[in-house]
Amino acid sequence: MSEKPGEPAVAEAPRDNPKRGSRPYRRSLSLRITDVRILAQAFFFILFVYLATVTWFSRLGGYPVSLFLEVDPLVALATALSTGTVYRNLIWSLWLIIPTLLLGRWFCNWMCPYGTLHQFVGWMFAKITGKDRLEANRYRPLFRTKYVLLLWFLLMALFGSLQIGLLDPICLMYRSYTTAFAPTYDVAITRLREAMPLLPEWTLASPGIKHERIFSSAVAVGWMMLFLVGMNLIIPRFFCRTLCPLGALLGVFSRFALWRIDRDTQKCTDCDLCLMNCEGASDPHLLLRSSECFACMNCIEDCPEDALSFRFMPPAESGIAHVDTSRRRLVFGALAAAFTAPLARMAGASDDRTFSPKVIRPPGSPAEKEFLERCIKCEQCIRVCPTNVLQPATFESGIEGFWTPIMNMRSGYCELNCTLCGQVCPTGAILPISIEEKLGLPPFQDKGPVKVGTAFVNKSRCLPWSMETPCVVCEEVCPTSPKAIGSYEEEVIRWDGQKVLLRKPFVRPELCIGCGICEHECPVSDDRAIYVTAVGETRSKGRSLLLQSSAEADEQEDREV
Amino acid sequence: MARDPGNKQRPGPLDPLDQPRKGHRSDETQRQLYPPGADRLASRREILKRGGLFALAAGGFAAAWPLLRDREGKQALEQEEVVRLPEGGFAVPIQSGVPDFVVVHGTDPMRMLQAGLDALGGIGRFVQPGDKVVVKPNVAFDRSPSLGATTSPEVLAATVRLLQGEGASLVRVIDNPINSPEGCFHRSGIKKAAEDAGAEVILPSPVHFRMLAVEGADLIARWPMFYRPFEGVNRVVGVSPLKDHNLCSASMTMKNWYGLLGGRRNQFHQKIHHIVSELAMMMRPTFVVLDAMRAMMSNGPTGGSLSDVKRMDTLVVATDQLAADAFGYEELLKRDPAKLPYLALAQQRGVGNRNWREVPHLEITV
Repeated sequence: MSEKPGEPAVAEAPRDNPKRGSRPYRRSLSLRITDVRILAQAFFFILFVYLATVTWFSRLGGYPVSLFLEVDPLVALATALSTGTVYRNLIWSLWLIIPTLLLGRWFCNWMCPYGTLHQFVGWMFAKITGKDRLEANRYRPLFRTKYVLLLWFLLMALFGSLQIGLLDPICLMYRSYTTAFAPTYDVAITRLREAMPLLPEWTLASPGIKHERIFSSAVAVGWMMLFLVGMNLIIPRFFCRTLCPLGALLGVFSRFALWRIDRDTQKCTDCDLCLMNCEGASDPHLLLRSSECFACMNCIEDCPEDALSFRFMPPAESGIAHVDTSRRRLVFGALAAAFTAPLARMAGASDDRTFSPKVIRPPGSPAEKEFLERCIKCEQCIRVCPTNVLQPATFESGIEGFWTPIMNMRSGYCELNCTLCGQVCPTGAILPISIEEKLGLPPFQDKGPVKVGTAFVNKSRCLPWSMETPCVVCEEVCPTSPKAIGSYEEEVIRWDGQKVLLRKPFVRPELCIGCGICEHECPVSDDRAIYVTAVGETRSKGRSLLLQSSAEADEQEDREV
Repeated sequence: MARDPGNKQRPGPLDPLDQPRKGHRSDETQRQLYPPGADRLASRREILKRGGLFALAAGGFAAAWPLLRDREGKQALEQEEVVRLPEGGFAVPIQSGVPDFVVVHGTDPMRMLQAGLDALGGIGRFVQPGDKVVVKPNVAFDRSPSLGATTSPEVLAATVRLLQGEGASLVRVIDNPINSPEGCFHRSGIKKAAEDAGAEVILPSPVHFRMLAVEGADLIARWPMFYRPFEGVNRVVGVSPLKDHNLCSASMTMKNWYGLLGGRRNQFHQKIHHIVSELAMMMRPTFVVLDAMRAMMSNGPTGGSLSDVKRMDTLVVATDQLAADAFGYEELLKRDPAKLPYLALAQQRGVGNRNWREVPHLEITV
């Protein structure tokens, strides 16, 4: 590196290199390249946590809250394969693609918050020392797995099934924040606030809510996070080296990188100390594997002979540009995708004939097939949802829809005047509709409101219908005007001879938008006496309930008059 | 017994499995320490140390277990720690010669409120410098102010300003809405109005709720209440919109206290009139304001359309919340009070007087 001061002197007397007794050297105030890298990692990690934290009703204020997802080239590429388009801000992924074509996988160790988390956990908890550590950082054939996974994911996307979100590190990180970290953190802060009432509310990740958040997938998401992070105790950077599909994609780009680590074979004494802190397991002591190198620069700092440097266009002979995966493995990955994609569809969860009544998608979602082409399971919509109605699905929408957002009207309801989920969605799986469009107000009156489902009364559980007890909370909270829930008034002689005036609720399907507040507020709390199912949703004609929507009926009436 | 002096200075053996560890000794050292026939027993100090630890642990358990004992498993049953609102509520002493409610017509809420309170004996009757006040608007729904589903922000702001003008050291604005609190307080304009006027807005969160005991109540004798904001507070003012209601016909000043409770409120509808009367019994406010600047005449309590709203430009300022509701129901909503059971029930509970014509009152225009 040119910025090192005494480079000629070191070349003459490598034995006197001050780095050998590394402690005193560390005291020096000069900033080394690895220090700059750590600062960058800290900056991006804090930026990530900040953006995830402000993905919240009262904090949004115009921040690019899904920024990390929008610069993620895997998100852009996979959705480009599934939809044939690059949605809204995904063009920003060029900010990552172009530098990668120059510098290699620098993202993994300079910017990726998930990579930083892994590195930090390894540094903090996995005290592997001496020869063991050197061995732990050698390249292993296991690390090829990610390329096969990448190919599988990309081909699945081409078949219309977007699964990158399962392992894309940014999606993983956002999802873990939303469903596991933020709610756990809030539990702790809430306990603390019980003891210290003065602790301000803004210390919560999700302030201003009446109940602690519920996430049916919290365990799965949280434990997956813990497992992947915990693997660092056995294999350093296990996730980044073995599974990360984004790392694999950047690895493929890296073979074209103009800069990379180069080992001066004249200076190298084959001590292998460059392996001690090698993050990517990229074999800097042999022929450098460009596709594995994270450009963490540790090897440069560790080399006692100054044999390593990060250079422009070093001789091709000193590195391995191609990805270490045989054609046969890739063909296997391709076959696997060709086999698994139709199988997943065959289950019928996304078919208009056999869809689950529980798959109630957020307002603004396109029809199910288009939805599945776009949703990356990042859970930004779930994070921003103020009522906790959005939940990561498990198997309700089939294996393909694992961790995609569906509405659970028991944990929340769709707030009438809210379209935040579509605003934060980075891929257009929920389109950013306006309140006017959602409610069918001018200029959208001809289209009518967006319906996400339809409410049904279960008369055998409803208090006035089956138990001679007054209620109609559902009618009270129904937010449409006129109300989509009405009630028949009926005076009955109760079992004990008392006269009771009952109002028995019914649903007007042409007015119901499926918001689910009736189900949410129904006092029959375990198995609600009024409940919403997906049928009647406006996003797909194949799932409609009525012959005509209210807007269409109005129009026809107008014409006939 | 001889100690092994070589434990520290011994160089590490080559076999990694025989690494020197604290307290461990290689077979070789052990053979030297304990020759054939020697007594294989730890040192006296070691025995005393371990014996002491044993005694400490055993004694600790023996002492702790009886202390923690719960023979019947009572711990598994709910322990109720209840809170109570002050005896007599937050009402101020009765003053003779002043009306119990004042109906004010006008367009400027500040002047209307001022005039109304002056007629009731002056704002100084209700607040003294240093008082801490909770103001309870109705922010139940995520609706913009023009739809009349929530308290008018201007009326709320005027209330807060008047209280602070009189020297109230703290004004808290609270409600536990039906829709999500952040959204309700934002869209209704209440948060901005309250904060601009200098009040503190507290949104409900699980830490704020306590089990409230209501003396004499049947249905809400024990009910979780949004209680924390009331700590240290000595005055309470209700500011509630006049609204149609699908089940109990009208939501006015008494029904407004619904928003102070948490828990399974959705059960209230099974005996809604009793509940409203008990709510009024639970909360004896300093005064209430019935906000009929924009009244919701139909499709209540949510409304949602401008056609549900009627401009009335009227406020009712009252120390008798029942009289205010009875007046509002008959004269503003134009409905028959004989058909509103909660008025009679509230009267039985001693909340006030529903025959508003008998109650000293005043109607003014500013």
